Amino acid sequence: MIYFEKVTKEFEAFTAVDNLNLSFNAGELVVLIGPSGCGKTTTLRMINRLIEPTKGVIYINGTDSSKIDPVELRRSIGYVIQQIALFPHMNIAQNIGLVPYLKNWPEEKRKRRVEELLELVGMPASEFYYRYPHELSGGQQQRIGVARALAADPEIILMDEPFGAVDPITREVLQEELIKLQDELHKTIIFVTHDIDEALKLADRIAVMKNGKVLQYDSPEQLLRNPGHGFVEEFIGRNRLLNRPELIRVEDIMIKKPVTIWPERTLTQALEQMRQHKVDSLMVIDRSGKLLGLTTARDVHRNLDDAEKISEIMRANINYVSNDANVSQVLSIMAREQVGYVPVLDKNDKLIGLVTRSSLVNVLGQRI
Amino acid sequence: MKLFSYFVERPDVIFSLLLEHLQLTGTAVSLAIILGVPLGIAITRYRRFANPTMGIASIFQTIPSIAFFGILIPFMGIGRKPAVLVLFLYALLPIIKNTYTGIRGVSPFMIDAGRGMGMTNMQILRMVELPQALSVIMAGVRVATVINIGTTTIAAYIGAGGLGQLIFTGIQMVRNEMIIAGAVPAALLALLADRVLGYIEYRLTPKGLRKK
Repeated sequence: MIYFEKVTKEFEAFTAVDNLNLSFNAGELVVLIGPSGCGKTTTLRMINRLIEPTKGVIYINGTDSSKIDPVELRRSIGYVIQQIALFPHMNIAQNIGLVPYLKNWPEEKRKRRVEELLELVGMPASEFYYRYPHELSGGQQQRIGVARALAADPEIILMDEPFGAVDPITREVLQEELIKLQDELHKTIIFVTHDIDEALKLADRIAVMKNGKVLQYDSPEQLLRNPGHGFVEEFIGRNRLLNRPELIRVEDIMIKKPVTIWPERTLTQALEQMRQHKVDSLMVIDRSGKLLGLTTARDVHRNLDDAEKISEIMRANINYVSNDANVSQVLSIMAREQVGYVPVLDKNDKLIGLVTRSSLVNVLGQRI
Repeated sequence: MKLFSYFVERPDVIFSLLLEHLQLTGTAVSLAIILGVPLGIAITRYRRFANPTMGIASIFQTIPSIAFFGILIPFMGIGRKPAVLVLFLYALLPIIKNTYTGIRGVSPFMIDAGRGMGMTNMQILRMVELPQALSVIMAGVRVATVINIGTTTIAAYIGAGGLGQLIFTGIQMVRNEMIIAGAVPAALLALLADRVLGYIEYRLTPKGLRKK
C-alpha cells in the first residue's frame, strides 16, 4: 500500500529521517512511536507530501508519490492532527464535508455523507449538523476530526497524535471507538504517538523509531516478548509485560524442574520426596519424561492404608498447557477446573515445567 | 443659540459639504482597502518585506497632515486629487497592519489541517485565513475611516472641499457658528461611520467566531 524506499529527510544540518525502508500493508493500523525528534511525524507527513523527502522514493499503491499532484494526493488521504483544527468559522457539517466539497461532490451527496459520518461517530446529525466547533467538548471535536478525515472515504488515513490533546478518560473512549471503527472499515492507518500504551492498544504493527531510524517493526506481542534492541526494551518498559497476562508465556514463569516421581514408587517414598523438596504435589512421569498424571500430599495421606504404589492413586487426565501457552490460558484453566497445578508439556508430551498458584502469585505480584 | 444658527440658516450647504466630505474619505479608504489588503496578505507570504512595507506606511503617518497637503501643491496643485492621495496614504497603515496581523494570527495548525486535506494555497487563503482574519482586518478599516474623517477636514486647506471648508472659513471670519457647523457634523459622521462599520464587521464575522 505504502512503501518507503531509502527515504532520507534532512532539515539543514539535522537528519530527521535516515535512509528509511518501511512498508505499510493495506488495512493495517501501524503505529509510529518514539521519543520526540525521532522522525515519526516527519515520516507521516512525507506520506501526503506535506514534507518532501530529501532522498528516496515513497510509493503509494505502486506509484511514486512525487509524480502525483500533491493536492490530489492529499484529498485522497485522510488527515487528523493533535490540535484537531476544526475550522471555527465553519459549522460541523461544513467541517466534515470539506474534502467532498473540495472534490466538487454535489450538495445532496455531501449532505448524505455528512449525516452518515455523524452517525458513525455517534453524534446524531439532528443535534450536531449545524453546531459550531466551539460548542463541542474536546472529545466531540476530535470525533468530528476523525469523521472529517473519513469524509471522502480515503483508503489511507494519517493520524498525528490525534488523541494527545484530550483528557485521559476521553482518550480511552476515543481509542475504543477507533478500534471499532477500524474493525468495520479496514483502512490503512498510520498513527503517530509517543504513548506506548496507546500503541500497544491500537496497533497491528508498531515501528519504534529513534534518530530517524526504525529500530524494530513488529506486532505488539513480538515487541513486548522479544524487544530486539536495548532502547526498545527501555522505551516500552521492562515491566509492561506483566500488565498483560496474555503476553506472558508460561515458559517464562513456570517452575523449570518440577518435583517428579515414577508411578511404581510407593506412597511412603512419595511423602519423603515431598518433604525433601518442600512441595505438596508430585508430577508422575515415565522413564522417558512423559507426563502420566499427578498426585498431591492429601491424596497420599488419604490412601496410605489401602494403596501401595503411586500408579494406583495418581490422577490421570489432568489439564495441561503447552510451552507456548500464555498465562491467561493457565488462569482460565485454574478457574474453570478448580485446580492449583497446571503442568507444562512440550510437543512430545514431555513434562518441562509446572505452573502453580504460588508461582503465578509471584509473577502477578510484581505488577503491584 | 447663536452658535447653532448656521444649522438653521444653511442646512443645504452643510449637507452638500457633508456629502463631499464622505466622498473624499470614502474614496481614500476604499483605495486603501483595495491596495492595503492584498499588500497585507502579500507580506505574510514574503515575510522579509513585512517590516519595510509597514515602515514606509508608518512614515506617512508621522508627517503632519497640513504639511503633507502643502508639500504636494507644487506637484499636484490643489483640489481633490492631491487630497485623496494624502488621505489614502494615511489610511494605508492601519489596513496593511491589521491584515498582516490578522492573517498571521490564524493558527498554523488550521493552515496545516487545510493543506493536509488538499486545499490549494488560494483555498487556504479564501476558506481558512481570510474568514478568521476578517474581524481584525475590519477593525483596521474602522480605525482608518474614523481617523480619515478627521483628517479630511484639513483637506479643505488645499481646496478639496468637505466640512473643513466651513471650519477654515469660520476661523478666518471669526464666526464660531460656522466652525461648529463644520466640526459637529464631522464628529457625528466619524461616530456614525464607526457604528456602521462595527455592524458590518459583526455581520461579516462568521457565526462560529462571533463573540457572544
